[in-house]
Amino acid sequence: MLKKLLKKNEFYVSVVLILLIIVIQAKSGQFFTSNSLVDLARSCILPVMLTLGVMMQITARSIDVSFPAIAMLTMYTVTAVSTAANYSGPAWLLFVIAALLGMLLGTVNGVLAAWLKLPTLIITLATSSIYMGILQGVLKCRVIAVMAQPLERLSSTYLFVATNSQTGLTSPLSVLFLLMLGVVVLVGVLMRYTMLGRGIYAFGGDPVSAERAGFNTVFIQIFVFAFMGALAGLGGMTRTVLTGSCQPTTLNGYEMVCIAAAVLGGTRLSGGVGSIKGALLGVLLMMTVNTNLILLGIPTYSAKFVTGVLIILGIGISSYQALRAKKKISGVILEEETEEKELAVR
Amino acid sequence: MSDTILKVTDVTKRFGGVCALDNMNLELEKGEIHCLVGGNGSGKSTLIKIISGFYKPDGGTVEFNGVLRQRYNTMDAISGGVQVIYQDMSVFPNLTVAENIAITINKSLKKKFVNWKQVDKLAKEAFDKIGVDLPLHELLETLSVADKQIVAIARAIMNDAKLLIMDEPTTALTRKEIEKLFEIIKNLQNRGVTILFVSHKLDEVFEIADRFTVMRNGCHVITDTTENVNHEKMIYYISGRKLEGNNFLFDAEERDTPLFEVKDLYLKDAFEAISFKVMPGEILGITGLLGSGRTELAMSLFGLYPPDGGEIYIKGKHVTIKSPQDALRNKIAYVPEDRLTEGLFLLQSIKDNISIANIDDMRTDKGAIDELRVNADAAKWQEALSIKLGSLDDPISTLSGGNQQKVVLAKWLETAPDVLILNGPTVGVDIGAKFDLHEKIREIVKSRTTAVVIISDDILEVIQNCNRILVVKKGRITDELSNRDLDEDKLVSIVTSKD
Repeated sequence: MLKKLLKKNEFYVSVVLILLIIVIQAKSGQFFTSNSLVDLARSCILPVMLTLGVMMQITARSIDVSFPAIAMLTMYTVTAVSTAANYSGPAWLLFVIAALLGMLLGTVNGVLAAWLKLPTLIITLATSSIYMGILQGVLKCRVIAVMAQPLERLSSTYLFVATNSQTGLTSPLSVLFLLMLGVVVLVGVLMRYTMLGRGIYAFGGDPVSAERAGFNTVFIQIFVFAFMGALAGLGGMTRTVLTGSCQPTTLNGYEMVCIAAAVLGGTRLSGGVGSIKGALLGVLLMMTVNTNLILLGIPTYSAKFVTGVLIILGIGISSYQALRAKKKISGVILEEETEEKELAVR
Repeated sequence: MSDTILKVTDVTKRFGGVCALDNMNLELEKGEIHCLVGGNGSGKSTLIKIISGFYKPDGGTVEFNGVLRQRYNTMDAISGGVQVIYQDMSVFPNLTVAENIAITINKSLKKKFVNWKQVDKLAKEAFDKIGVDLPLHELLETLSVADKQIVAIARAIMNDAKLLIMDEPTTALTRKEIEKLFEIIKNLQNRGVTILFVSHKLDEVFEIADRFTVMRNGCHVITDTTENVNHEKMIYYISGRKLEGNNFLFDAEERDTPLFEVKDLYLKDAFEAISFKVMPGEILGITGLLGSGRTELAMSLFGLYPPDGGEIYIKGKHVTIKSPQDALRNKIAYVPEDRLTEGLFLLQSIKDNISIANIDDMRTDKGAIDELRVNADAAKWQEALSIKLGSLDDPISTLSGGNQQKVVLAKWLETAPDVLILNGPTVGVDIGAKFDLHEKIREIVKSRTTAVVIISDDILEVIQNCNRILVVKKGRITDELSNRDLDEDKLVSIVTSKD
């Protein structure tokens, strides 16, 4: 049992995370305060939603660098149109529209990848460029400071507001935290309890075998891209609501954060292996670094440096182990242990 | 006949201009173990894919369970009870044992959701049926090849197989594992499952088959019971020629000094006290069971596992081998056990594969690669080793196993080695090509400038081609034998005996 645990990436990420928290708490005494915890929770809302999608994609042997572009394009389009039209209906409808729009753009990626069998990195680099071109060239995007009423209202709707009794600092937790929880549950059920989810794992493990087993592999590939697109649509709206204004290029480069978090959480780049637990841990570690390093007196711009070091540490340990296991000579039987092994099989 | 389960009549299949199957016939009786035998490229795989519904025949008919199949695809075949276990076994390395068994069943039942309790139940039931017990929640990638095979069989059985087709299932198994597999197969036969066992290892065919069918060049050669034929006759059916198996004999000349000498070679956890000499022109065989340390020894001699102690001499000169680069510099060449992962660049052309080990010598004055010389050299080896190919520019993956192995051999011969180490030189190569390869190896030593070491668990191969044989057990050399008065049974008993 312990041996199994020691091979898992999740284990090392947890250890690093716990150590980091201990250091932060010991140095500043500010980690386990209500407002810091709420800040951390709020900072996780967006990356959790997106990283789960990325985890699914990588598990299905695909890399997508276009989802920030999809998020920004759908977010801007929906916000701009609803603001210009003085939209006053429910805010959730705008989220649904954004998700559908995102899904459409994601499907374009998926179709190109699955039917034309093109490498996903190249396709999404291209579509990312196209989507950004539409956003900046065709739509001539600008910052929308005052958004449609329902969105403005949503951005000041909180589950609760935490107050630090010592410092008096307050941190509100957006109601969108519930949306994030919903996504976690959805992806969790999808990946574990549906044949589609198991098909994603099967496809990631061996595409040819998956096809022989009767899985529609073209559909699986299109699905993961479409799903990522929908999550990107939701993510874009989430970002707008959390920041309280629509800044069209706010998610530039966000794909790297999510891919890093997914890989840190044990998602295997060669496909077939990825877990929700791992992805959540990966995000939590990265966001702890991002939001809490300042408590240690480390300037925020160093967070990137530390993040990089953590990624190497976090995934390095398990890779190193795998490497050592490979090098070790295990094929030679010097003792008479085979008999027992064979018997155990019987 | 009512007890015929499968009847393939006059089936023809063409790919472009090549005729893969030419009026092929095959008839299987219910509940028999039938071996399909033939060399590489004889059309075995194509025939399997016709039966499994993957290919549509250009002519002829397939009758299963008395029903003539008109339009027939893989799903029809599966629901009719035809299960194929391909060489790669079509398993999912990243999923657990239980899920590997259950996932195809759930898929064929068109389920949308997974019930994990039922997954375990299905897997247990499958193992009960074939009488084995494997840990259900272990990831498949941590299992041995033999255990993966068992999982694949269990899965096929749960899919209600009436006809189980196994494509060369024993390739990567040890003797013990093969026995276990045969036990399971016999067990399945008792349950009324018909088995089509594809192989080109003759011992296995004689051991397991009730009847067999030999095919060659896409044609049916003979179907008979195994009692009616012997080894020699079978070889003749498969290769279409008489292959004379005379032994390689060698007499060292007085004045010769050893070309290759190993003294007290030692590698932690693998082998110790390994000492031997090889004369120029000699072919030394090293044999032992899987796990005896023979493979590790081979890899150490080539610097892949640098030895922890001991000395190596070439032409009487002490050399240090710590890496393959060292080995190459000292003119040691190594043909690995698994050519697909260790010996070839599968996507590269045949000529590039031949020239790669010697690429440094193929430069023009300006440092660019001299394409003309690459071509000329490749053509030279194609002729010398009679490699059958379409064009030297084709990817190596288009060649049959035997011809691929010849390319690996050509690559190393191009470096003009003093010492040539061959690890399992004819693994997965059919009988005809095997015979050719042995001929070529003997030609290499004729000029008495090269020493060859063959490391193999193919007992007959070692006896026929090595004038001297070392037996390795538990990492030590236990016996040294001459092939002059040695037969198969004697060597087998020496290799497998426990001292």
